[in-house]
This record gives sequence, C-alpha cells and structure tokens, in this order.
Amino acid sequence: MGTALGRHGPWALVGALGAAALAIVASQRGETINALWIVVAAVCVYLIAYRYYAKFIADKVMRLDPKRVTPAVRHNDGLDYVPTNRGVLFGHHFAAIAGAGPLVGPVLAAQMGYLPGMLWILAGVVLAGAVQDFMVLFVSMRRDGRSLGELIRAELGTIPGIIALFGTFLIMVILLAVLALIVVKALAESPWGTFTVMSTIPIAMLMGVYSRYIRPGKIGEVSILGFVLLMLAIVAGGSVASSPVWGPAFTFTGPQLCWMLIGYGFVASILPVWLLLAPRDYLSTFLKIGTIVGLALGIAFVAPHMQMPAMTKFVDGTGPVWAGSLFPFLFITIACGAVSGFHALISSGTTPKLIASESDARFIGYGGMLMESFVAIMALVSACVIDPGVYFTMNSPAALIGTTPETAAAAVSKLGFATTPEIITQTAADVGERTIISRAGGAPTLAVGMAHIISSAIGGKAMMAFWYHFAILFEALFILTAVDAGTRACRFMVQDLVALAVPSFKNTTSWGPSIAATAISVGAWGYFLYQGVTDPLGGINTLWPLFGISNQMLAAVALTLCTVVIFKMKRERYAFVTIIPTAWLCLCTLTAGWQKIFSADPKIGFLAHAERYAGAAAEGKILAPAKNADQMSQIILNDRIDAVLAALFIGLVIAIAGFGIAACLKAWRADRWTALETEPRLVAAE
Amino acid sequence: MQQPNLRDRLRTLSKCVCDGARLMVGQGDYAAYAEHIRRTHPDRAPMTEVEFFRNRENARFGVGNTSGFRCC
Repeated sequence: MGTALGRHGPWALVGALGAAALAIVASQRGETINALWIVVAAVCVYLIAYRYYAKFIADKVMRLDPKRVTPAVRHNDGLDYVPTNRGVLFGHHFAAIAGAGPLVGPVLAAQMGYLPGMLWILAGVVLAGAVQDFMVLFVSMRRDGRSLGELIRAELGTIPGIIALFGTFLIMVILLAVLALIVVKALAESPWGTFTVMSTIPIAMLMGVYSRYIRPGKIGEVSILGFVLLMLAIVAGGSVASSPVWGPAFTFTGPQLCWMLIGYGFVASILPVWLLLAPRDYLSTFLKIGTIVGLALGIAFVAPHMQMPAMTKFVDGTGPVWAGSLFPFLFITIACGAVSGFHALISSGTTPKLIASESDARFIGYGGMLMESFVAIMALVSACVIDPGVYFTMNSPAALIGTTPETAAAAVSKLGFATTPEIITQTAADVGERTIISRAGGAPTLAVGMAHIISSAIGGKAMMAFWYHFAILFEALFILTAVDAGTRACRFMVQDLVALAVPSFKNTTSWGPSIAATAISVGAWGYFLYQGVTDPLGGINTLWPLFGISNQMLAAVALTLCTVVIFKMKRERYAFVTIIPTAWLCLCTLTAGWQKIFSADPKIGFLAHAERYAGAAAEGKILAPAKNADQMSQIILNDRIDAVLAALFIGLVIAIAGFGIAACLKAWRADRWTALETEPRLVAAE
Repeated sequence: MQQPNLRDRLRTLSKCVCDGARLMVGQGDYAAYAEHIRRTHPDRAPMTEVEFFRNRENARFGVGNTSGFRCC
C-alpha cells in the first residue's frame, strides 16, 4: 500500500495537473488564455502516457527483454550495427523523424481554432502515432533491423510487399510536391527570402569542399562556418530586397520558382553527395534542432496569449484555408505530430540497428514521437498567438480575398475576423515583406508566429524582419534537403520497381538507368508541384489533403503489419493496441478519399470540380485561372489525375487491410507462435 | 573528491552531446569502430578516420537503400 502510493503518487499529481490545465484550456470562454496552459496540458499527457501506456505495451504486448541481444550487438560491425548510448540514439532518431510536417499541419488546422487540433494531436500521438513508431521499431529490432518493405513481404506476403513499395513511391511523390510547394509559396515575390535561400547553395558547396579536401570530418567547425555565413546572408538579404537593382533581380513569381526547383531537384540529386547534400544536411539538422529548442524557450519565457478562438465557426467545413468538415479532414490535415506513416520507414531504418538494449526501445520509439508531437503543439501555439485577422489574410486564397490590403481586410472582416488594411500593411512592413496576402502553405504564417514570439524575447520589433527570414530560411533549408534526399530515395524506388520487369535497370552505378529514374521521379513530383502552383485556390487546398491521406494510409499499413505480428505471437488479447488506431486511420483515409473523389462540392470533390470546368468548356466559357481552352482542358485533366490518385490510395488501404485480416485469421487459427523473429540469443553474462 | 567526479560527469555529458550531434548527420563513433576492429579482427587494419568519414557519408545518402531518407 505504502509502496504503491510511493510509486503512483507523483504520477497522480502529474495527472491532476494535466487534467486541470486541460480543463482551463477547454473551458475558456471569451477571454484569451495563456499558451503555457496548452504546453503544460500537453507535457502532462505525454508523461502519463509514457509512464503507463507505453510501459503496458513494452511489458505486456512486446515483452521486451533486456537480456536478449539486439541486432546492434549480434551484428556489431562498428559501422551500420553499433550498440549506441540511448540518449545519443534518441537524438539521432528524433532528428530523422522531425521535419516540415509537424510544423505545417497544425498551422493549417488552426482555421478551426486551437482546441480541435490540440485534442487530436494529443489523442493521436498517445494512441496511434507513438504506438506505431514504437511497434515498428520493436518488430524491426526483432528481425535484424529489416526495412518496412521487407517486413511486410516476410509477414504478409510478396504481393502486399509490392503494393506497399508502390504506395511508398506515390507517397514520396506527393510529399516532395507538397514540400516544394511550401517553399514556392514562401519565396514567391519575396526577394529577401529568395536571396537567403539561394545563398545556401554556394555556402553548402563551400562547406562541402572544406570537409572534402581541407579538414575532412571536422563537422563542428565547418557547421559553425556555414552558420555564420547563413546569418550574414540573412542580414545581406535585407539590403538586397531594398536595392532597386537587386531587389527585382531576386523577385520571382510562383511558376518561375517552380521551374527552378524542378531543375534544382534534378541536378542536386545526381551531384556527388559530399558537394551539396551532406554539408547542407549539417546546416539543416543543427538549425532544426536549435530552432526547436529556441522556440520552446521562447514560448516558456514570453508566455504569449492565444489570440485565435478555441473553436471557430469553420468546424462545419466552410473555412477559407482548406475545404472539408472536421471529420475526416482535421485528422488528415494534422498528420505528422499526431500520427505519421513516414516514421515507420525511419523506425525500420537505421535506428533498430543501433539499439544497445531492448529496454531502450520505449524511450526511443515512443518517447521520440512524443517529442515530435510537442513540436506540433508549439507550431499550433505559434499560429494561434498571431492576430486571427492576419492569420486568415495570410492563408486565404487570392480568389477569395483579392490581392490588395483593402479587399483582403474587407473580405477577412466579413469572415468574422476584424482587421484593417493598416494592420495588413504594417505586418508586412514589420517582417520585411512587400505583402502578406495569401501567403498560404503554413511556412510564412509559422514564421510570423515565431518572429512574434522570439522578437518579444530578443531584439523587439526592430529584429522582427530578421527573425521572420530566419524562420523562413530554417524551413526552406530542411525542405530542400528533403527534396534532394527524397528525389534520390524515389529514384532508387523507381529502379527497384522497374527492375521487377527489367532486372538490369537496378544497376545504380550506371548512368542510363540512374538518369532515367531521376527524370521519372522529378517529373512526377514536378507535375503535381506545377499543378499546385498554378491552382487559383492556392494549391495547398488540393495537395495537402492528398499528402495527409497518403501519409495516414502508410500509417494504417504499418499498423496492420504490427497487428499481424501481434496475432502471430499469439497475444491477440492485446491486439486492440494496434487495431483501434488502424481502424480509425482506415475510417479517416477512406472517408476523406471518398469525399475528395465524389463530393458534390467542387471545392472538395475532384470530379465535381472537373465537371464544373467541363460544363463551362462545353458552353465555350473560360473559368479562372484558365485563360484559354487548352488550360481549361489541362485543369480538367489535373482533376481527373488527382481523383485517380485518391482512388489508388483507397484501393491500397483496402488491399492491405484485406491481406492483414486474412493473415490475422490464419495466425489466430494456428495453434502456435508463427511470427518470424530472429532466433533469440541472450546477452553473455559478464 | 567531489570535483573530479563533477568534471568526469561534464566530460561524459559533452561527449554525449557531441556524439549525438554527429550521429544526427550519420557520423558514428570512430573510436568505437577502431576499437571494435582491433578487438574482433586483429588481422585487419581499420579504416582511417577520413576513410571512415567518407564511408559513413556515402552510407547515409548512398546507393541502393533509403537511408538518409528524410521525413516530412
């Protein structure tokens, strides 16, 4: 009794504090609340989930055994398989899973107010996201650290394996397109941002030459050199933007930036890695971690108030930022941060090969994802501490609010968020931009929020423009790294897929297949990027839901694999741990996919949108943004391709779920353990 | 008594932070690698530190696998 109180007492206090904070957040009426209550509520939820739910999964479902050797110990080669300190490995894993997703999704979701997004981030991570990362890590760790594709092939069969590989390729394509779109949206008509982001290319090349020929392996000093140059580039960017000669020279429209990015993606992914990719990876990784820590400290010190209401009227699906009602679209808009299928690829990548002891898996798998979720909470806070009028001015499409401060202020005020042309002009001037109207994509909004928070701590209003461009640079930097690393990964996937028919295509050292596969990859994401950039509704409207659906779909696939493994281990009584999130994700992705195809509202349904344009074309009318009949038919074709893609995603989920259910039933009927783990071996007694 | 203890702890902590930062960009611990080769393959010469650096760089972004693969 005494020990039980000692063991659970402090956790009961954490639980009570969390419940109190949640109650304050949820019962807020009229007055704005302090963002710290949201942070406190989130941290308490994470602690309780980690202490109780993650421990339950580790002890009962997985039965982690610290005495059993891990792949790192069994295959120790000092290179790929190395038993690693758990703190060090946590950093590695977190750096690999954290990207632009958890920063952008919550910003877009803020149009419904902060409460729906916050509740989904917390519930999603505890019951789905962290469970997926932890379970996949466990499954891979028990199988020599094999990859998700190999695991699905081994446990579910060859055909599901190929389906999953193809699905992963489609997801990569959509991911790269949407990431590139975010960069285009952030840099269009912004000479300051464009100059700083472009200057990262020569800076990275300089660093590459330095660490190749001058001082190889000295990552610390080359990163400091690069960081100093980056800061100088941000400062110089201010002068470039105001210069009458250089300002216009670095001002580009969306489509121009789109073509530049496509060219960049092609060239960057065939350059040697040491020249551009590796050095920029140092910058983007360290800047990412540093900025996340900085933002956390900023929120803690500044303790800003939430300006956005807890819930807006847009929960009914009439919001200007993205179309669709709370269910299912909120749950696919916030993908990363709550649950992200991509993490299954990381949890079955390098991390399982580095775990020193099975008992570290909870901290790294479950804990790492909680950390990522915390980043999503901070992004949500950043989007909600700015004036809601400014938020909707930045995120509504030009088709809705026009392009001048006057039309935007009138339209946004009519939406119910009072603002004036002066506020809009002043905010643009504060952050050193010509305009903030319709800067959709999440990154500029997040940058305004971060600049708002950080400048309250350091530098005041005078530094706001610097911090804004720092935030834009930080996001653009790791998105560009993802674009060229992702194009490479895509290229290998194309080579793998084509090699199923033409085996010689797999040769990654010969130029022909490499260039052909790169062109296919860049062409695929470039197509969707161009479509997004020229979309009158801002592109994010079309691409982000597709990305969300595909990402959640991959999570459903990974969780199906985990469910099958639980059944094969004859522990089906605990299978609810993965069945509940799998069922929820299937429900969300299937409903959202169905609505994206068949909804009668042209803002949501691809076919209804195509129908509207086809109807107009038949009457000889031209609808914006098309300027002639050719562009009309291009828009109709785009819609139909998007619809086919959504249908492919639906088919993929259903197929994998079908194979999963069959495999579970078979394992359930078997009278013994049928999972394919590596033979257990115990750690030698010292 | 207390002081060397604290210094040791700080040294361990700073090594941890440095190792963590290097591993984030795919660079493992060279000393551990060299030690491992010396212990398990005394007949083989380990790669030099520069060779090790390039080997890890290629492994992270390199050919035939999806490591170095960035998340959304």
